[in-house]
Amino acid sequence: MAPGKPGGGRPHEPDCPSDPGGYGLLSRLRRSMDRHRPPGVPLRRRWRSPLRGPWLTSVFGTVLLIGLPIMIITGLLSYMAYAPRFGQALPAHVGWLKLPTFDWPSRPAWLYRLTQGVHVGLGLVLVPVVIAKLWSVIPRLFIWPPARSIAQVLERISLVMLVGGILFEIATGLLFIQYDMIFWFPWHTAHYFGAWVFIAGFLIHIALKIPKMVRGLRSRSMRKVLRTNREDTRPEPHRPDGLVADDPVAATMSRRGVLALVGGSALGVAVLTAGQTIGGITRQTVLFLPRGRTHNDGPDDFPINKTAAAAGIDLAAIGSAWRLTLTGGSGPVLLDRAALAAMPQHTARLPIGCVQGWSTTQTWSGVRLADLAAAAGVRAPLSARVQSLQKIADNRIGDYSHAVLQANQVLDRDAMLALRVNGVDLSLDHGYPARIIVPALPGVHNTKWVSSIDFQAR
Amino acid sequence: MSELLARFRRFYGSHPLHLLTMVAGFSLAGYILFTFNPKALWNPHAWWQSIAVWLVAAVIFHDFALFPLYALADRLLGIAARRQRRRRRGQLRVPGRNHVRIPTLASGLTLLMFWPGIVKQGSATYSAATGQTQQPFLGRWLLLTAVLFSASAFGYAVRLVLAHRRVQDVTNQADQGTDQSADTHPPRHGCTQPKDETAATGSHHDR
Repeated sequence: MAPGKPGGGRPHEPDCPSDPGGYGLLSRLRRSMDRHRPPGVPLRRRWRSPLRGPWLTSVFGTVLLIGLPIMIITGLLSYMAYAPRFGQALPAHVGWLKLPTFDWPSRPAWLYRLTQGVHVGLGLVLVPVVIAKLWSVIPRLFIWPPARSIAQVLERISLVMLVGGILFEIATGLLFIQYDMIFWFPWHTAHYFGAWVFIAGFLIHIALKIPKMVRGLRSRSMRKVLRTNREDTRPEPHRPDGLVADDPVAATMSRRGVLALVGGSALGVAVLTAGQTIGGITRQTVLFLPRGRTHNDGPDDFPINKTAAAAGIDLAAIGSAWRLTLTGGSGPVLLDRAALAAMPQHTARLPIGCVQGWSTTQTWSGVRLADLAAAAGVRAPLSARVQSLQKIADNRIGDYSHAVLQANQVLDRDAMLALRVNGVDLSLDHGYPARIIVPALPGVHNTKWVSSIDFQAR
Repeated sequence: MSELLARFRRFYGSHPLHLLTMVAGFSLAGYILFTFNPKALWNPHAWWQSIAVWLVAAVIFHDFALFPLYALADRLLGIAARRQRRRRRGQLRVPGRNHVRIPTLASGLTLLMFWPGIVKQGSATYSAATGQTQQPFLGRWLLLTAVLFSASAFGYAVRLVLAHRRVQDVTNQADQGTDQSADTHPPRHGCTQPKDETAATGSHHDR
């Protein structure tokens, strides 16, 4: 029954896509490893949970098979939203490792709020599912010898890419949305590279395991599992060297209990985090992320991504001496704040969606970018480069003291240089004297403390 | 042809499709390495701040620290539960293990995911980005933990009371049943059976 005796057992792997037993080149090595089993490696009999088995693993696998592609796509979309053709998507050089380049649309206005909210929100919600999936397969990690054939050696390496990739993405993501910059490497390079390592491992994994997953799901009826209590919970059918324990103990939790626990954890994480994207009353349950909190109840009481102090804004530069410089036409046009306020004012209720997943919708008013282009003497701009007074740039997360806007973003009917928000002048932290607001643009490209706009003529 | 396939399998250890998948996957991985430039993944001045090291460290942290830690904690809880069961044999049995497990898991998961805020890590970048401090998070986490454990304890207490009542009801009813209808019911429905089993049959043999 239990082939786990040190050196004595004859383990074989009918469940594994690679063949059982030891073959070919590695057989001598395998025999030697069998004889020299490290003392720390637990015996197969140590794995006692009666719940581990192909069915449970397949259920977690199915959830991840649906969820993780959404993570991948929303992540790659975010790269597009930063407009790689202007060199402002990070990391700058990714070869073919991106979606086909297209101009990020400015409509619907909630587009980036949605894609990035889903990316971060779903990523958080899937953390307990990933942990549960790893728990369900962990006995396989401690199999000795770790591989019995070339096929298994390759598979092991691909698992490092899969597991290392997903855990690295979770870790870097969690640190980033909480502004914990304990890493010294450029964050975007790390998260993008980790994602592709994961994608490679994931593609190999699903190619090999989908048939097994389908078999696992079919081996047991979900309806029956949901009707089975703890006392009646029995292990899945045992197969040597499979996921089912050789010598399982009695269940201390039913299968439906485990599903409820993992599902409940995911729901709990959703309650603690989704409010940062949804906003309104749900923001109050965001207990552990920065965006659940407010300072006061004033009209400018909504989240920021950088304070004026941290951006090194010189108060003298934004006082009466401040001028907006418009270039691209026959000569530079300088406007002070009073001149801007005298131009036709446009008001729109627009969301800011941040790469960290949070968003906030406010009522902005200011001068349309299209009107500013006309004032500069550029009729149909190809793009616009917006420069900020912002000084300090953190080279781990990129330099956002300037941003280039695409033609569709400059010419959108609601794209503006905002002077006011919710009926009052912008506060210093929100970008006084003037900031960019463009629908569906990643939050950080809505440049604050704008000093000049250079319109690219056709 | 089948002889060739068998030879291949003996040499490689799986179907040719397996090898094709692997070659395709590792070629993609090679392109990824080539595109990102191995230099970007390695920090020669501080090896522990390299992307490549973090990627492997993530696996090591999960498999050899996080998993053993929670597995060990659960094992200890299991030993405690078995001891209690042995001591209270014959008495009221309401398993309490999951009433400890679930709040511990929830509290632990929250700590793991929101660690930076709770332990005030990266406070400088945090305040630069938000204009706020991480001051409230530790208190909130402690409070959430308190709420989780007290809710779980309350649930356990309710289950204990209900189980106790059920046993009492059944005992009373069984006593009354044998007193009033000693002549109509055979005595084996009364006190000769263990209490647990009377509980199961108690409902239909009275009212």
